[in-house]
Amino acid sequence: MDKSVILDCRHVWKLYGTGADALLAQGRVPDAAALAQANVIGAVRDANVQILQGEIFVIMGLSGSGKSTLVRCLSRLVEPTSGEIEFDGRDLLRASDAELIEIRRKKMGMVFQQFALMPHLTVLENVAFPLEIQGVERAARLARAKTVIDLVGLEGREGCYPRELSGGQQQRVGIARSLIVEPDLWFLDEPFSALDPLIRREMQDEFLRLQNMLKKTIVFITHDFDEAIRLADRIAVMKDGVIEQIATPEDLVQNPATDYVADFTKHVARAKVIRAKSRMEPATSDSFAGEVAHNATIESIADQVERADAPFKVMQDGKVIGQITARAVIDVLVGRG
Amino acid sequence: MQALSRHITRARLFWVGLFAVTWALSQYSFQIYKALDARWIIRFPSQYQLNTDTVISGFLDWLVNAANFGLFTFRDLTRAIAWVIEQPYQFLRNLLIEGFQSGIGDTAVQVAPSLSWIAVIAIAVAIGHYARDWALAALVGACFLYLAVFGQWDSAMITLASVLVAVPIGAVGGLGLGILAYRSAWVDRMLRPVLDLMQTVPVFAYLVPILILFGFGPVAALVATVIYAMPPMIRVTIVALRGVPEELLEAGRMMGATQRQMTWKVLVPAATPTLMVGVNQVIMLTLNMVIIASMIGAGGLGFDVLASLRKLDIGGGIEAGLAIVVMAIALDRASQAFSERRMQHPRTGTLMQRHPWTTTVVVIVLGTFLLGQVLPAVQSYPDDWKISTGRFWSDGMEWINVNFFDTLEAIKTVLLTTLLLPVKKFFSGIPWAWGIIATGLIAWRVAGWKLGVAAALMMGFIAASGLWGKAMVTLYLCGVSVFIAVLIGTPLGIWAAQKPGAGRVILGLMDTLQTLPSFVYLIPVVMLFRVGDFSAMIAVVLYALAPAVRYAAHGIREVPPQLLEAGKMAGCTPRQLLWRVKLPLATPQLLLGVNQTIMLALSMLVITALVGTRDLGQEVYIALTKANAGQGIVAGLSVAFIAIIADRIVHALSDTQKKRLGL
Ligand SMILES: Nc1ncnc2c1ncn2[C@@H]1O[C@H](COP(=O)(O)OP(=O)(O)OP(=O)(O)O)[C@@H](O)[C@H]1O
Ligand SMILES: [Mg+2]
Repeated sequence: MDKSVILDCRHVWKLYGTGADALLAQGRVPDAAALAQANVIGAVRDANVQILQGEIFVIMGLSGSGKSTLVRCLSRLVEPTSGEIEFDGRDLLRASDAELIEIRRKKMGMVFQQFALMPHLTVLENVAFPLEIQGVERAARLARAKTVIDLVGLEGREGCYPRELSGGQQQRVGIARSLIVEPDLWFLDEPFSALDPLIRREMQDEFLRLQNMLKKTIVFITHDFDEAIRLADRIAVMKDGVIEQIATPEDLVQNPATDYVADFTKHVARAKVIRAKSRMEPATSDSFAGEVAHNATIESIADQVERADAPFKVMQDGKVIGQITARAVIDVLVGRG
Repeated sequence: MQALSRHITRARLFWVGLFAVTWALSQYSFQIYKALDARWIIRFPSQYQLNTDTVISGFLDWLVNAANFGLFTFRDLTRAIAWVIEQPYQFLRNLLIEGFQSGIGDTAVQVAPSLSWIAVIAIAVAIGHYARDWALAALVGACFLYLAVFGQWDSAMITLASVLVAVPIGAVGGLGLGILAYRSAWVDRMLRPVLDLMQTVPVFAYLVPILILFGFGPVAALVATVIYAMPPMIRVTIVALRGVPEELLEAGRMMGATQRQMTWKVLVPAATPTLMVGVNQVIMLTLNMVIIASMIGAGGLGFDVLASLRKLDIGGGIEAGLAIVVMAIALDRASQAFSERRMQHPRTGTLMQRHPWTTTVVVIVLGTFLLGQVLPAVQSYPDDWKISTGRFWSDGMEWINVNFFDTLEAIKTVLLTTLLLPVKKFFSGIPWAWGIIATGLIAWRVAGWKLGVAAALMMGFIAASGLWGKAMVTLYLCGVSVFIAVLIGTPLGIWAAQKPGAGRVILGLMDTLQTLPSFVYLIPVVMLFRVGDFSAMIAVVLYALAPAVRYAAHGIREVPPQLLEAGKMAGCTPRQLLWRVKLPLATPQLLLGVNQTIMLALSMLVITALVGTRDLGQEVYIALTKANAGQGIVAGLSVAFIAIIADRIVHALSDTQKKRLGL
């Protein structure tokens, strides 16, 4: 992979409690027992993350595992207890208040779980709010807001107040608001968790559609593994403030690094995660029933491959790199191997 | 189990023992003093008396006459403040009543008249409609029309002018201090004890120093009013800002908002609905205080009441009192509607369509101004159209007195002899030394040794200031009034909670009772029972009833429904459900209600000094008439100390109760 690193976070800690600084000053790495003894909550413990240009990086874990805290450290909404964070080649933790304001105004955007819309502003004004903060003149910012509102499919709702919208619509406003400044790095903290399942699904599709157009670099938090594998290029699994593993969804399912991750991924429908490439074999057959993309999930090709008499070609960059058989597909579907 | 029962009996032993000792000492203190020939037992020795009051008076003297900050003197400072307040006040007076003049004295020429009564009513109606709907507009309009028809217009406009000046100052000042306290923990720590004290020091107490600093007149009254009405706004602001969701703040920071943008574009707008509740409080407190401050020259409706009471002009007093009630209702409903008002979609169209009310009001103001030049009736409500109800009320009162004098007297005598006098004797008999110890013991027992020591020290201050006797009268009046208020209020509250229909009526009535300025309560009481402890008690009960009712209703309603279901499934009758489940669970709330009742009772007691009680309130009142700042402040502090001790003790009781119930 030759993508550049946009955000680099090394050995970041966030401890809550009075004894926190003293504990880290001791030099050695405190373990869970030491933390508990000092009455300190290790919300984030020694996190190392590199976010690559243009990827969707999902952070997932159970409630209280430190996802929000980690993301707030990355955007410096909370001050990490220790560690280094480099954003776009700049040391984020040493940025002055003025620099931080500048970075946030131009380069970062964030979407919140409870939408965080200003109750006294209309949809149009809410979306234009970041530009208002930047001092953009009224007519210009409202015009810009209008285009972003069209982008998220809320045209006709510009004059409504947040209280007059459904949850899904409110989150579209939140998304539009965070996009209006065209951020380089886009944080989404459980953006769809407050929505009911049907709407959530619809919003995920919408989100993927937007991402296909905009190609942002995204840090996305969720506690829903299905959501994670639908969206992620890479996933970081967190537990009790520690990142247990960072990997592609497929890797996570096939090679879990810890028992915890294994437990977590056990019940996942593997066909949704595993892709053709990892289950192909050398192309030896003389006749093929068709071809599939190397990165197609088993789920998406199962029907046609299973029905055919001959294997399918697996294609990458216009070349045949292997074949996939009905047998291999069935193995995945029934959970063998 | 055994340990527990032993614990309970020990607790009971403590209370019974304490009471027995106190009772015995109270009963026989005089005999003990005679037997031992030790006068200090019943009187604090005068050679040890603190001279806090002369120190304070001396300090104020120095401030007013000698204090100099280099560039300017203290007197310059108070003059500057007075000037700043005077300007808008005079402008509003001109606008509402006197009209604008140029030149002074005999050479003055009228430049423009005041707003016509029709214009003022139109503005009131417009505000009512803007804030909610036509019903409110009609109510507010009717209230103002009432003031015109029943001849209270001029006084009411003076009162209104004071309110309109004091409210913005109080609200904006409170908002500013609240924001500071929200931003800086240091300011918060500084403000908190001041706010606590302000809430308990009776209003008269700071009328005195203000009188000395600003002189008799409307400005002094306005300063006092602002000081009185600001603390709740500060509190509400802090609570409102803290209540803004964390995510909203993060959203603001993520957009790169500066400190100032955070405050004015995120925090304050998002907190506006709650802030408006604070503004409503400021308005009601301002009205209350403007009425009271008529004593130091605010004029207006309060002055009319006071003057009528002094002249024993029953009709006039009731008329002015009703006008106050009407005005309180109008101000309260309108400002409440504002706090519930949500952002509306802007209208489009012509100027007239976009701002229908502004244009209508402007048209009416101009129209009545022009018409008023030829038709005086348009400018000011004509005298012959006025209806005076004074006679009606005097006659009514006389009729009641003629027909029910005996009944009323009988009620009064029975309550006096069976309740008030024995309690008074009990409290007045307690020797000061034991009183200090007993208070300390009670506080220690309920809330730990820290409060115990603090309570004893505070009571010691009262005794050492030579105010023990009056403090005991305050305690007795407060005790009896709270007892009766709780006795009446709690069942009412329970009833209101059990029956939604009755509840609406009762709680609505309590809401109205609470919006009335405390002064108003004196009027009917004095007319029916004349002056004295009994009248004071009735007024205090009326004033302090509302919280007892409200908290009881709230407590009963808040009982978790699953507990009620559990009770029903266990076969409780409705009666058992009330006594065995609801009431025990509601005790913490009931206690908080008692606490509020005590606080209101104490603040009202100071005002009842006007009807001749001989308690700490009277001491403050005397200080006010003599303009003795030290005396007033010391007596005021004494009331505040009693309030603080009571507050902490009842809160501690409520907390233990909560813990015991696992809430
Ligand atoms: N301001 C704070 N003070 C003390 N502890 C905190 C604070 N903020 C978070 N924590 C603790 O840090 C831990 C991680 O919290 P965090 O909000 O990051 O979890 P999360 O993974 O986002 O959970 P959720 O899915 O519920 O949002 C929790 O144990 C939490 O109690
Ligand atoms: Mg979270």
